[in-house]
Amino acid sequence: MRMKYVLSEVLVGLWRNVTMTIAMIITMAVSLTMLGASGLMYRQVNDMKDLYYKNIQVSIFLSQEVTDQQRTDLETQLKSDPLVKEVLYVNKDEAYKRFQEMYQDAPDLVNAVKPDQLPESFRIKLVNPEQYKNIYDQYKDTAGVDEIVDQSRLLDKIFDILTAIQNIALAAAVVMAIAALLLVANTIQVAAYSKRREVAVMKLVGASNWFIQAPFVLEAVVAGLIGALLGLVALILAKYLLFDGSLQALEGLLSPVSWGDILFVFPFMAVIGGLVSAVTAWVTLRFYLRV
Amino acid sequence: MALRLHRVDSRPVIQLEQVTKTYPKASRPSLDNVSVSIEKGEFVFFIGPSGSGKSTIIKLLLHEITPNKGRVIVNSKDVTSMRSWKRPHFRRSIGCVFQDFRLLPNRTAYENVAFALEVIGKTKAVARRVVPEVLELVGLGGKEHRYPHELSGGEQQRVAVARAFVNRPLILLADEPTGNLDPDTSIEIMRLLDRINRTGTTVVMVTHDSNIVNQMRRRVIEIESGRIVRDQARGVYG
Repeated sequence: MRMKYVLSEVLVGLWRNVTMTIAMIITMAVSLTMLGASGLMYRQVNDMKDLYYKNIQVSIFLSQEVTDQQRTDLETQLKSDPLVKEVLYVNKDEAYKRFQEMYQDAPDLVNAVKPDQLPESFRIKLVNPEQYKNIYDQYKDTAGVDEIVDQSRLLDKIFDILTAIQNIALAAAVVMAIAALLLVANTIQVAAYSKRREVAVMKLVGASNWFIQAPFVLEAVVAGLIGALLGLVALILAKYLLFDGSLQALEGLLSPVSWGDILFVFPFMAVIGGLVSAVTAWVTLRFYLRV
Repeated sequence: MALRLHRVDSRPVIQLEQVTKTYPKASRPSLDNVSVSIEKGEFVFFIGPSGSGKSTIIKLLLHEITPNKGRVIVNSKDVTSMRSWKRPHFRRSIGCVFQDFRLLPNRTAYENVAFALEVIGKTKAVARRVVPEVLELVGLGGKEHRYPHELSGGEQQRVAVARAFVNRPLILLADEPTGNLDPDTSIEIMRLLDRINRTGTTVVMVTHDSNIVNQMRRRVIEIESGRIVRDQARGVYG
């Protein structure tokens, strides 16, 4: 009977102030969508990093005047370096072959370059590609080294952009969340005011605090959960319309967002939506009802 | 002699020990070093002019406020040191009636009384058994399904008394219960409170209705400027 009472109070409460309830749910939904989107992008960026960094190399080009001694010293040094996973030596002939392959569409360029002009190099794979800087600092002044080039620096620019978008989504989520919090607090205050007589009697006759607070807190939680569901719908629509639609051209670059990813972020959205609403409602009640 | 022995044996149901209460920003205390002891089954009037501190006593007994100094003991529980989460359960042993009735306007007499039971976890079946009984007791038999606006002031106060008494509390606090009622209706309410007192319930009533105090001839404690100036066993308003 008490459960039935609490639930019917929740429905009546949401309906009593329906415009405010809708506003609360919409802001909650937008905020949670942003949160979900930034969560998806976080996974996305991590997936892409794994994929790209696995194949990334650092090239240490040797100067033209490098001596055999310097070359073997560098090779042993690299092979014993704990940061380095694989070392591959590319001599001038091989470098020329690769150059020919890479620029086979531009025969003029290939003809203009002689095998002798291309530098020999060590192509190395790092245990952790993000430790490029350490390698650079360590070997840039070694005798015989001309230049050190890291492919990951190019990718970093792409990742910087993706991270920036992710941060913007997160910031938007936070701002909307603040608006949602204020709306929850306001809605709960209005609800508590319209039930002030009942609350006064309940306090007087000794109803327990949780029993007084439960309908209000649950009202906020239900709104938060509906917001999370709408957020899920928004993410599904975004996948349909953006990734499977207009952004499909970028598929080679962006790793695809799967349904699994969306289902993975939904529980977080729901828990955060429900929990934040509940805590806000509870804190509001403590100030407003002093129970 | 027998009476005195009885008094020594029983523990007071309400005890104020050197209680001082000063509200924030008030220049002088509402209650100044007040000590009172009320035995089980007593009927006590607190009288005095407005602002003398009578209502502060009710608030202290309900644990709505805590004293700055001294101890308040109700039903052998020290209210002063009681944690706030224990307050709801504590309140269930105290019934309360006010000048403004405090009924829920959108509920009938029956529903108002049943509400008080249901929100402390009693089932509807219990309410169906107990509520008609108590409404009969306060003289509202046959008017269970009237809304407050369909009842007279005296009848509304009877509903409030029924709601306060339905849990069979040990103590009934009444804060100017006749303040909004005409003299004849007031007498009826007093008869009702007297009848409740005879069931063994301790009744503490705050009032400045001299007629009523003079007619009842019960214990009178007079407060002035936060101090007890008179405590008389079968007193008059004076």
